[in-house]
Amino acid sequence: MSGGQATATNIQLENVAVIRGGRIVLQKLSFGAQAGDIIWLRGANGSGKSTLLRLMAGLLPAASGRCTVAGKIGLTDERLSLDLGLTLEKAIEFWAKMDGADAAEQQDALNALDLAALAEIPLSYLSTGQRKRAALARIFTSKADIWLLDEPYNGLDSANAARLDARLTKHAQNGGIAVVAAHQPATINVAATISLDEKAARKAA
Amino acid sequence: MNGFAAILMREIRIAWTGGGLWLPIIFFLAVATLFPFVTGPDKALLAKTGGGILWVAALLASLLPIERLILPDRQSGMLDQLTIRGWSDEWVAAAKMAGHFFAFGVPLLIATFVASALIGLPEGKLFILLAGLALAMPALAGLGVTIAALTAGLNSASALGGMLLIPLAVPILIFGAGSLADNPGNAMQLLVAISMAFTALSPFAAGAALRAGRE
Repeated sequence: MSGGQATATNIQLENVAVIRGGRIVLQKLSFGAQAGDIIWLRGANGSGKSTLLRLMAGLLPAASGRCTVAGKIGLTDERLSLDLGLTLEKAIEFWAKMDGADAAEQQDALNALDLAALAEIPLSYLSTGQRKRAALARIFTSKADIWLLDEPYNGLDSANAARLDARLTKHAQNGGIAVVAAHQPATINVAATISLDEKAARKAA
Repeated sequence: MNGFAAILMREIRIAWTGGGLWLPIIFFLAVATLFPFVTGPDKALLAKTGGGILWVAALLASLLPIERLILPDRQSGMLDQLTIRGWSDEWVAAAKMAGHFFAFGVPLLIATFVASALIGLPEGKLFILLAGLALAMPALAGLGVTIAALTAGLNSASALGGMLLIPLAVPILIFGAGSLADNPGNAMQLLVAISMAFTALSPFAAGAALRAGRE
């Protein structure tokens, strides 16, 4: 993966609490992930899955505890983070260039989710599922060691869900980490499943 | 640095394709078109007051693009993606300012030729006006991005933006219009000073606003 890190790719959370809008969203949360791990994050709506991903991405501070993340991070959440006015190809190219991916790597990412045929179409014309795949293709070109995916299966048809499974497995085999927040049970081999439901949180406490 | 250029080009592209580039220019030229109707065809009066009116028009035109500077990128997650890639908020703000300068300041300077012809500004005044506006544009771009970052997502952000920009831009206006007076004194030097101060401080102010607005 992209070099330069002194330490190996890993995530370490120790007794983390996060406060958002004056409310404790996460507390007493501890887990770790090493290179090659896929972590499956489950929980009801509002249980703090997105908050946890934003914490690991460095977009939110931990109110207490320690959160250390070593490695280049890629995040997709419910927002597209692509320019709607551009064609799919150009919109992804913007980030691919910023992340130092070349044309072949970008093409590979488009092919991975069967997007090559849509490359010339403006993003604003694409359907929800197609946009979701575009956001995932942005992650694939990002050369990130750690993928933080918020509901990546939402809106995907079964063929594309299988393609995403394959890509996640490949990423883990290459020594990457993926944290996947999802409603459904894991469809691939995962290192750990973490449930953020309140019941589980209370039990842990 | 490569990413800085990418953000800068993106700002220009969005202004160009999204129509954000033309609105301030049309507003600026509309003022220059309408002003002579108000004063009547008094050439001496127009030459005396026209430069000041164009300063006011440029300042108010700079309010128009504010709403599209930060808010859409915050909503679409673009800003978060830059943060994840290790960009400091100040650096993001600086790139946006540079882009805004080219997408707003430069077209407005070009439009100044047309506007001053509509008003009938004498040639000597035109060049002082152009020099003054060119000096003020980086500061106006900086104020625009700062105010956009401060007000992004608030209710009635555009009204609030006007209330913030106008008092802050008063020194620019005073020294800018002052440099057009018959005995300008040190107005141009003071315009340079205030413009440099705003330009230098804006990335930090806007960066702090971006950080505070992240949730």
